[in-house]
Amino acid sequence: MSAHGKPYVREVSRYGWFFRSPRYLRYMAREVTCVFIGLHALILIMALMRLSQGREAWEVFLANLTRPAGVALQLLILVFAVYHSTSWFNVTPKAMPVQIGENFLPGAVIVAAHYAGWLVASVAVLFLAGVF
Amino acid sequence: MEIIKTDVAVLGAGGAGLRAAIALAETRPSLKIALVSKVYPMRSHTCAAEGGAAGVIKSDDSLDHHFHDTVGGGDWLSDQDAVDYFIREAPKELLQLEHWGCPWSREANGSVAVRPFGGMKKQRTWFAADKSGFHILHTLFQTSLKFPSIQRFDEYYVTDLIVEDDHCRGFTAIEMRSGQMKFIRADAVIIAGGGAGRMFPFTTNGAIKTGDGMALAYRAGVALKDMEFVQYHPTGLPNTGTLLTEACRGEGGILVNKNGRRFLQDYGMGPETPVGQPVLKTMELGPRDRVSQAFWHEQKKGNMVPTRWGDCMMLDLRHLGEKKINERLPLVRDMATSYLGVDPVTDPVPVRPVVHYMMGGIDTDIKAATSLKGLYAAGECACVSINGANRLGSNSLTELLVFGRRAALSALEHLDRGAGAANEAAVTAGANAAQARLRELFNRTGGTETIAGVRKEMMATMEEHAGIYRSGEGLQKACATLSALRKRYARIELHDKTNVYNTDLLQALELGAMLDCAEAVTVSALERRESRGAHQRLDFIARDDQKYLRHSLARYRGDHPPEIGYSDVVITRSPPGVRDYSGDKSAGEQK
Amino acid sequence: MSERIVELEVLRFNPETDSEPRFQRYSVPCMNEWVVLDALNHVKESIDPTLSYRWSCHMAVCGSCGMMINGEPKLACKAFLREYEGVIRVEPLAHFPIQRDLVTVIDDFVTKLKRVKPYLIPKEDQPVEAGEFWQSPAELKRYKQYTLCINCMLCYAACPEYGLVPKFIGPAAITLAHRYNEDSRDSGREERQQEIASNEGVWECSFVGACSEVCPEHVDPAGALQQVKIKSTVDWYQEHLLPGSKK
Repeated sequence: MSAHGKPYVREVSRYGWFFRSPRYLRYMAREVTCVFIGLHALILIMALMRLSQGREAWEVFLANLTRPAGVALQLLILVFAVYHSTSWFNVTPKAMPVQIGENFLPGAVIVAAHYAGWLVASVAVLFLAGVF
Repeated sequence: MEIIKTDVAVLGAGGAGLRAAIALAETRPSLKIALVSKVYPMRSHTCAAEGGAAGVIKSDDSLDHHFHDTVGGGDWLSDQDAVDYFIREAPKELLQLEHWGCPWSREANGSVAVRPFGGMKKQRTWFAADKSGFHILHTLFQTSLKFPSIQRFDEYYVTDLIVEDDHCRGFTAIEMRSGQMKFIRADAVIIAGGGAGRMFPFTTNGAIKTGDGMALAYRAGVALKDMEFVQYHPTGLPNTGTLLTEACRGEGGILVNKNGRRFLQDYGMGPETPVGQPVLKTMELGPRDRVSQAFWHEQKKGNMVPTRWGDCMMLDLRHLGEKKINERLPLVRDMATSYLGVDPVTDPVPVRPVVHYMMGGIDTDIKAATSLKGLYAAGECACVSINGANRLGSNSLTELLVFGRRAALSALEHLDRGAGAANEAAVTAGANAAQARLRELFNRTGGTETIAGVRKEMMATMEEHAGIYRSGEGLQKACATLSALRKRYARIELHDKTNVYNTDLLQALELGAMLDCAEAVTVSALERRESRGAHQRLDFIARDDQKYLRHSLARYRGDHPPEIGYSDVVITRSPPGVRDYSGDKSAGEQK
Repeated sequence: MSERIVELEVLRFNPETDSEPRFQRYSVPCMNEWVVLDALNHVKESIDPTLSYRWSCHMAVCGSCGMMINGEPKLACKAFLREYEGVIRVEPLAHFPIQRDLVTVIDDFVTKLKRVKPYLIPKEDQPVEAGEFWQSPAELKRYKQYTLCINCMLCYAACPEYGLVPKFIGPAAITLAHRYNEDSRDSGREERQQEIASNEGVWECSFVGACSEVCPEHVDPAGALQQVKIKSTVDWYQEHLLPGSKK
């Protein structure tokens, strides 16, 4: 009998593969939104820089932030940062299962603990900012 | 044809084949071992075994109990020296698996847990939830990866044993991915090819269980022993035949008819035991043959529940509760829910008896050796026999291990004694002849028969005439039909004449194996004019120890039906007695 | 007897006659309760005996019949026809070379599985006579889920990372290594780390999580891989920040 033919290899496209399935898109959304976390970090660094340059620079910076475009940008950042963070909260039970006795803590409890931590941190920040 | 030289060739990479290969590699690291299977090892049907493996470990149990349960369960057709060897080795093998990492279920104190099973006086079934066979197979497969001397040939279909001067000298096999034929040349061969349940249309057996190993040995001149004993498992899903393990009943599930009556009490397995408190060796924990036969009688009386897939009894697990079902029987719940749409937590599950296991197989002695020098067999394809006329649930997984290892040791002894010089020219001529036969099938034109057509008729015949109850008249018809089908088989033509992964060719070869096995079953059954264990004759309803306390041996005669001979059963300490599965223990239980 | 005609669109490829795959349509008379595998079996038996695919147990435990069904990795024996409408497209598992029709070449997985040493490596070998290793139900439960992998490779077909970087050891193999690492009877973690904590191991995983979503046995390989990452990170810190405290 003759020699066999070669198996067929289906090429995977390097680009656009994440459009193949909604779960890949969800993943990309989680990953891409980290850009906004980075943006926020940049704004914080800029704030420090302006602060070091003196009162005038700082006030111009603040004015820029409170302009409609600045507010819109920060809102956008907030929305995506929240999405990014919560998408990570939701997968933590996989990475950090907690076994108590024989049974594992239900994933929802671990996720809830993250939300609770977030809430506590937020309240603390607001307290330090003098909101209360 | 490429010739692959090796020391020992193992055919089949399920539980028995893997255990044999590991034993060879462990005992003699310098040995070259070829592990040849038509599927990847983890696809082997061992994975579908659910309930567990029997081995005495708890202090309230004893080897004696295991012995008597097995011999009585087998209706005294088991060889008692073999059973003794088996029960002694059983705990060691199960412990060995534990040492290799098998995730056995555990007691609270960390020791291995056991559960009750049908026909057993004590709890001695080691289990890993309800995927015991799966875990055994994967533990063995993964452990086998440790040994570099085990060379695997995955997806090779073995076509012929090559015999020269009464010695087995290897086998020819088709490499599925290329369609090329190879000659695996070895002076010791172990067959661990599994059962042949696929000759029946309604079976728990996977598609791969087509009796290939049995047929190979049979055609090479080794007798097939006790082939008439085909086990029906009482509880299969009525539509797909999917097994719901005996552990369902071991854990406390009950079987009821359409009137809600636990009908087993009417068939010598009573009196009724409290629901949810199973009593060993009685009612739902009777042996499989008795429970399946009781179903048959109830069906005749019209007491079964009609469903679109035929009459069913109801398996009621509801009283076990969701927690226990999830913990002990998760697969059962999943199978019943997804394939039948019935959740055992909330509803009784309709079930009916389904072909499950071949007690018979390649005739071997207590050392797993066949009548052919250098040829050994183990697992479902072999008949030692420890299972006699009816296998006890959870003895088969242990059997794979005990006799898989035993076959390996025997093969080693054979090589150490010196296999004798082969006439290599004759050996090669044998392999070439095998290749020529395959070529003929492959190139055949003008065939008038199809694989599917012949297979369908074979299955229908087996179902109709070789089922739970048989009659002389029916068996005669079956023998005639199978004889005719074997002739028609010689006229099938392949639709697919290409080389790479040709499953048309594979199915043709598998069909040939099944036809040979099926004929051995029906001719052996016709000749056994008594009822014993899983072989029940409507025209000979009693057991006849005078004439038939013997193993039947079917010998291959080419185009003719097999010749049936007999050999003695080894009785050492348990003379044939009455199988008592009534709860009334004063009724002279066999010691 | 049939209750429904199902249109199957099946990928066909025979390396001896085809230069690339094509699709073939089959109209299959089916019962409602059937799975895609039943429909394929009907094709094989009554329509086209040349169709090749792997299957055996029909109960989702042998792992043979993994295929792409409407683009989703599935076991054909657990893909219920009642869950599909219209034409059902059946292709061989993604990311593996096609040997023929629905049969893929799985050598890569088999080799990788062997590499991660998926077997018990005890601290010292105990003779069988010493009896069983003790393991509490809690210790068993710690790794039990990861023992349930049937090697069906749906996770490899779902993993975009494996598709893009074929040298990635991949979900199932790493999960099985993790299974032994978590077993109280095992002491072989360090040996396995060399494979699974490498660049081709867990660090190639970016936690898409698709593997766990398609796993028919709910093994959660994604979870296993993240746990391996965390433990490897802890290893690194211990080694670099706390020299001398090494395990």
